[in-house]
Amino acid sequence: MDVEVAGGVTVVTMPERIDTHNAADVQTEFDELLSGGARTIVADLSPTEYISSAGLRVFLAVLKALEKNGGRMVLCGMTTFVADVFDIAGFLQLFTVAADRDAGVAAVS
Amino acid sequence: MTDVDEGATAGGGSEPDERRAEAQENRAETVERRFAASAEQVPAIVAFVMEHAEPWGVHQRRRMQLQLALEEAVVNICDYAYETPPGEIVMRVEPSTTRFAVELVDEGVPFDPLAVEEPDLRSEARERPVGGLGILLVRRVIDEVTYRRAGGRNILRLVIGRT
Repeated sequence: MDVEVAGGVTVVTMPERIDTHNAADVQTEFDELLSGGARTIVADLSPTEYISSAGLRVFLAVLKALEKNGGRMVLCGMTTFVADVFDIAGFLQLFTVAADRDAGVAAVS
Repeated sequence: MTDVDEGATAGGGSEPDERRAEAQENRAETVERRFAASAEQVPAIVAFVMEHAEPWGVHQRRRMQLQLALEEAVVNICDYAYETPPGEIVMRVEPSTTRFAVELVDEGVPFDPLAVEEPDLRSEARERPVGGLGILLVRRVIDEVTYRRAGGRNILRLVIGRT
């Protein structure tokens, strides 16, 4: 995952797929960001064409970790498929969603 | 015509005969292949099904949904079906004139994933259980999902249309 930190906001570019195959790796990368002190995260999902429940679980775990330490996360750039999967799982109610990266950064700043 | 891939078995019993007959009436071609019941096999299983779904004419959006359902269903079988993993999954593809059906057959312990209670989607993040989402997704993106236990096998059947 590509990570940029600017003005206290950590912007993470998500991979093309977040599934059973790579969810553990994605989780590890988020864990490293969190243990490195990231508290305000924008996850840019615009490259992500496919996500399964394994990917949803990663986002839920990150959200829970951030809620515990007073952090925030905004998701942005969701493709139709990803938005559908989040919607079915009821995750659109849990997360703050922004249209694109700029709107995402603005939402947490 | 029923075409069984080399290395695959015909399911070993009389159970699929009726469905075969029905499929033949629709001039369909049933194809089976056997895979190890391991999450690592998901890409191979998806590729096998897509090989048949694409020429049959499943719309792009439906193909993504089918891919999702396959991943979730296969991972579910890998997690629950075999007390001493890994077992095997037979993938059976049944295209007909009006619908595209996929059956996932395993010889694991009896397990009906559709009998599992759906997660409470209204709960807050901190209370949200991590399980149960996979099967929920399968049920929502596939037109018709059915489970049956026959001949010592769990058979999960997914049916979709073209669009």
